[in-house]
Amino acid sequence: MKFAVKKALSSSGARVGVLEVGSCPAPIETPALLLATRKGLPHFISPELLPSLPSPDSNLLQVSPLHFLEGLSTTTISKIGGLHQMLGLKQHGIAAVPRDSIQCLPESKAATRLGASFETPCGRLLIKPKDYIEMISCMKPNIWASLADEVPAWVSEKRNKTSVDRTLRWLDDCISLYPAAGSIFGAIVGGTSLEERKRCAEEVAKRNVSGYWIGGFGLGEGIDERPALLREVMDILPDEKPRLTCGLGLPEEILQGIAAGIDLFDSTYIYSLTLGGFALTFSLDKSGEQHNLQSDQIGSDSTKINLRATAYRKDMSPILENCTCYTCQNHTKAYINHLLNVHEMLAQTLLEIHNTHHYLRFFHVIRGAIQDGSFEEFRQAFLESRREHFKGEAIST
Amino acid sequence: MRNSIAIAVSLRLRPNISNTLPHHKFRPTCFHSHEGHTISCVPYPAPQTKPMALHFEILGRFNRARAAQLTLPHFVCQTPLFMPVGTQGTIKGLTNNELERIGCQIILGNTYHLALRPTSELLEEAGGLHNFMNWPRAMLTDSGGFQMVSLLHLADITEEGVTFQSPVDGKPMLLTPEESIQIQNRIGADIIMALDDVVKTTITGPRIEEAMYRTLRWIDRCIAAHKRPHDQNLFGIVQGGLDPELRDICVKGLVDRNLPGYAIGGLAGGEDKDSFWRVVAQCTAALPEDKPRYVMGVGYPLDIVVCSALGADMYDCVYPTRTARFGTALIPEGVLKLKHRAMADDTRPIDPTCPCMVCKNYTRAYIHCLVTKDAMGSQLLSYHNLYYMMRLSRNLHTSIVEGRFPKFVCDFLQTMFPKGDVPEWVCNAMEVAGIDISSCCAPFPSCQEKYSSDEIGTNDIHMELRLTHTSYRPTRNLEI
Repeated sequence: MKFAVKKALSSSGARVGVLEVGSCPAPIETPALLLATRKGLPHFISPELLPSLPSPDSNLLQVSPLHFLEGLSTTTISKIGGLHQMLGLKQHGIAAVPRDSIQCLPESKAATRLGASFETPCGRLLIKPKDYIEMISCMKPNIWASLADEVPAWVSEKRNKTSVDRTLRWLDDCISLYPAAGSIFGAIVGGTSLEERKRCAEEVAKRNVSGYWIGGFGLGEGIDERPALLREVMDILPDEKPRLTCGLGLPEEILQGIAAGIDLFDSTYIYSLTLGGFALTFSLDKSGEQHNLQSDQIGSDSTKINLRATAYRKDMSPILENCTCYTCQNHTKAYINHLLNVHEMLAQTLLEIHNTHHYLRFFHVIRGAIQDGSFEEFRQAFLESRREHFKGEAIST
Repeated sequence: MRNSIAIAVSLRLRPNISNTLPHHKFRPTCFHSHEGHTISCVPYPAPQTKPMALHFEILGRFNRARAAQLTLPHFVCQTPLFMPVGTQGTIKGLTNNELERIGCQIILGNTYHLALRPTSELLEEAGGLHNFMNWPRAMLTDSGGFQMVSLLHLADITEEGVTFQSPVDGKPMLLTPEESIQIQNRIGADIIMALDDVVKTTITGPRIEEAMYRTLRWIDRCIAAHKRPHDQNLFGIVQGGLDPELRDICVKGLVDRNLPGYAIGGLAGGEDKDSFWRVVAQCTAALPEDKPRYVMGVGYPLDIVVCSALGADMYDCVYPTRTARFGTALIPEGVLKLKHRAMADDTRPIDPTCPCMVCKNYTRAYIHCLVTKDAMGSQLLSYHNLYYMMRLSRNLHTSIVEGRFPKFVCDFLQTMFPKGDVPEWVCNAMEVAGIDISSCCAPFPSCQEKYSSDEIGTNDIHMELRLTHTSYRPTRNLEI
């Protein structure tokens, strides 16, 4: 894996970078989105349809090694030759992170000094560094996060401090157990404590890692608490190494993360939208202005529409007129509305395609704004015009 | 494409005039080749000619088996062919481009389900189901009758039609032949099915005779109600249970009506295989040569091979997609139960001879960890299973055209029955079909055992031979 910053703004932490990951056909520009997966493949998008998404933007996947504990031994994965081979995704970059924010959630109460705990569909699992490393060495991802003890925002100071101590110790275990490092991203935790975040970042920065995985977000902290915590961490981390985070899903949160200097984000937000029957429709205008209004429907706002609404029953237009995704090029809102009504899985497939496509375009527009030097204006315009619409909707309804 | 669909469409069907659909890709009166080029446009036929919206050309034969080109308004198809069932306007989880990649030519829509949701009126407004789903190839709808009888509580059949309780609000409702055809006219499929009085073959007695005669009376009502004979083909359905005389009367009655195609109905409902093949053989012998024959509800790959040998052309069944959702894959040897623990470390593809995307990229072990737990598992298995059925269809067609049908049948049977234990009913059917399968059969006595539907555990491949076979004494009366 190779990473280089192409342009950094002085006004904020935002930067455009280029990531070269082993198997990808072309270098990937950051800030970038990692597609959420279940057992290595997208939840609904078939491997046949993955190539219809923008490339190489859509070639980065985030995989949780814990998914495979349900029914697939590491020996078998090894025998097959690793994740790329097993998933038929030889041209994709895979980042392994234990937490997937959907079904594998850190369970801080059950973690011990021996390992991190996760609530998963196979029950509560205790993952020790040795076991984790065994999974990683069989799976051979391009990038992998070290094992972390993530805690929610409301734990005691003592518990928070312990989580940092454990995370650092496990990082050292990971490094020593898997010296052919691959591309290890050191995990940085510390909850909502500025001091602990700083301490953790300083310690991790001393280790020989290829990048950083900023954990502990999306676990109960307020969106307003985050900028300070992120700044504390980013100020310490070297600029030239990439930063990956989890739990920042909404467009506002993405912009917040990018402003702080994060390069890679997960896309569990898209999964939630898809399950809910939502399709993203917010404007991808270069200025950031959110002026398209689709706010008349129940459950919809100007950023997304709820295709379950009966209003779409006879709507023979695509989700978005100018969208070039497979769904908008081939299907109408009426058809998706029907599929949702009759509980057909194709609805989720079509929505996941559109939402992923839309979010990838969002990232593309953001990168453009950073390149132009207009990121801060873009962000302001985006946030303000979005707030205006929400305010307007709240009053009128 | 977007502009044409964005315009709200409201169609009013007028008798004898083909409606012009706003979809830019095709108009129903034009015939298209595989690549989508228009090869001819059929002008409105003179009023005296019986309107037909299909062309059936036999390209090759072996005794009773035929390979043909079936030209429908939306697509040119090769028979024998299998039609996947897309009950509610979609084939469980697969997109249209995947279906095209797999080689699906005709898909089936269920009138009963579609009439409930999204309703035939909405489909008409959308320009038909083709437009609504954006499926560019051919489509067939059933009459709705079968679903009602099999799904609905308190469905009752009278001379008027099928009375039932609406599943939406419990109100009493009536599906008449006229209504069924009207709904199917609005849906707009290339082939529509007459409403028949379908009775399970496991029932005996006067009910079967009653149903057969009613089916004949109803076909006239269907023909009269059909508003779009120029671009929708109304197929009649042969009923009559397992009684050869009744079947004969029904065939003659339908043939007299000179329909574009004929279906053999009332089978695939639990009757024993010996009776099943005899009915198919009798009907295919009596139905006209130059029109397609559709055996409804079939089915298992073995059944399709036998029926094709006997002269049938078209098949439909939920089996491939339904069994995929339970974790079962179709392979030349039979079936593979991917749920089984033994699959967890099997790093071979589902079928090493299969060139589909799933077999080229994934191992049994990986599919095993997905099936019955993750949506992607049933997607991938449905993909493979349908590919298998399309490959079977293509192989049937090509082997007949290329004059090597008997060899194909023998290879097929040898792979499925490596010990030579071909079921008796298959042997008998093949004898009537004039195909020598002695090379695949173990020396007499060929299997008399009943195969249980439990798993036969072996150490290498876990297979399950799912054949419904009953033992019986061979009869000399094989003249059909």
